[in-house]
Amino acid sequence: MRGRVLVAGSARGPLLRLRAPISFWGGVDPVSGRIADPRHPDHGVCIAGTVLAVPATVGSSSSSAVMLELLREGTAPAAVLTARADAILALGVVVAGELGHPTIPMLELPAEGLSALADGVLEVLEDGTVRSAG
Amino acid sequence: MTPHLTPDERAFLGGAHGEAGALAMRVVLAAAELLGTDRLVEITSAHVDGCLYHGDGGVEFAETLVGGGGRVAVPTTLNVGALDLLHPDRVKAGEHRTRMARRQMEAYLALGCTPTWTCAPYQAGHRPGAGEQVAWGESNAIAFANSVLGARTERYGDFLDVCCALTGRAPLYGLHLTENRRATVVVDVTDVPDPLKVRDMFYPVLGTWLGLEVGDEVAALLGLPASVTEDQLKALGAAAASSGAVALFHVVGVTPEAPTLEAATGGTGPIHTVRLTADMLRPALDRLSTTTGSGGIDAVAVGSPHFSRAEFVELARLVTGRRLVVPFYACTGRGVLEALEADGTAALLAEAGVEIVADTCVVVTPILPAEGGTLMTCSGKFAHYGPSNTGYEVVYGSLEECVASALEGRVVREAEVWRW
Repeated sequence: MRGRVLVAGSARGPLLRLRAPISFWGGVDPVSGRIADPRHPDHGVCIAGTVLAVPATVGSSSSSAVMLELLREGTAPAAVLTARADAILALGVVVAGELGHPTIPMLELPAEGLSALADGVLEVLEDGTVRSAG
Repeated sequence: MTPHLTPDERAFLGGAHGEAGALAMRVVLAAAELLGTDRLVEITSAHVDGCLYHGDGGVEFAETLVGGGGRVAVPTTLNVGALDLLHPDRVKAGEHRTRMARRQMEAYLALGCTPTWTCAPYQAGHRPGAGEQVAWGESNAIAFANSVLGARTERYGDFLDVCCALTGRAPLYGLHLTENRRATVVVDVTDVPDPLKVRDMFYPVLGTWLGLEVGDEVAALLGLPASVTEDQLKALGAAAASSGAVALFHVVGVTPEAPTLEAATGGTGPIHTVRLTADMLRPALDRLSTTTGSGGIDAVAVGSPHFSRAEFVELARLVTGRRLVVPFYACTGRGVLEALEADGTAALLAEAGVEIVADTCVVVTPILPAEGGTLMTCSGKFAHYGPSNTGYEVVYGSLEECVASALEGRVVREAEVWRW
């Protein structure tokens, strides 16, 4: 499967499919990489190193800053796949790159594509290809 | 995609406005590309949310811009920081956080931004007119600028907001364009009893429901009273932008782009209508509380978005001559605080036990007593972010209920008003 490249890069990690939209600000702890919102169905789950499938992002426009902190702290996902691109989460990745920090690939995939992803370890390639690494 | 750049825009990229100007233009163009547009739009103002400390990365970014000779190209207001610069004792942050938060706030001032330090810049004189293209951060301010003022902004996150301010440009997409501002769903609130619709407490609940129901669609609300106040619309937008990604809503007969339902929807024929019932609203109300507070309350916080002068006048009416028995925090911008100090309202509030927090607020920085417990609030946004950001359980109630509860130290709520 191939998505639209928002931020190019390659990565590998276990698929983590979030069960609800998320605001990274207030929703993810930048130090631990854990989902901190007690109302989120995946509360307590750690997103660090995962290929994170996000149905949508909601809420605060400070989520870019949380993404930058995750990248600086080494607690960021290995890649982010989202059904709807917005100007918030990917910007944190773009700015991390401008400041010389590690970046991660971000892809936009249709919602059907996200739900069709096979569980297990996934590989994300520079051209936006997502495939099972199993 | 090759962007269509003007000579001015190319000059930014080439470093005519310093390395900071070039970096800012690269970020704006990267944003445009990922949003699928190759055009930029000139903006007349910006509101920057990036001055709040979330970690050292934000400081590094802002100081990189200052070091690169950055200077805002349009009038730019600042959102809250992580410190109350006017009452330094209010925020109980550690030495590192305090020092870095201050460095971050100072960096944004060095870029030429106005020190409003408020999430409600529209209460501090920053009010772009209908149709004006702007670039605003802070989800409640975005919803207010688009919906109540009729200005045009997309949801600008930290970093992109100040990059737009430095370049005077934003990606031309989404809500900057007329065709994306039309309502795609009608929410008919006619059945909600009028006595509830005139209460402030209705609006954060309606907003929470709206955010959960419509996500990022544009809704036209039908059947709200023409007397709906700016503070009520502020509370509606803030809650909708917390539970969902609402950046624009129309109130038929009230907001600038909705003189009629046809105007709000663009008159494009039948569109999906949702008729709001008590059963639909109830889960939104319940969601705003994580506890019933039967064990009493430990603190009250109001003012997210920052309290307006009118809201403080109402608070003063409720508390004057009385003594609150739990800590009561009211958050606002320094502009409003100045007015309260000048007319004596601040002194009345202090006498009753209200602590006014300026420049920041209780869910973005440690202000609440560290022991934790139960927080009562009339703010949909505090109710939403309180549990994850402060560790407190929350109880939602009206301002009157918050005051009554703070006088007794236990939750006082009226349930009947939500049944019809």
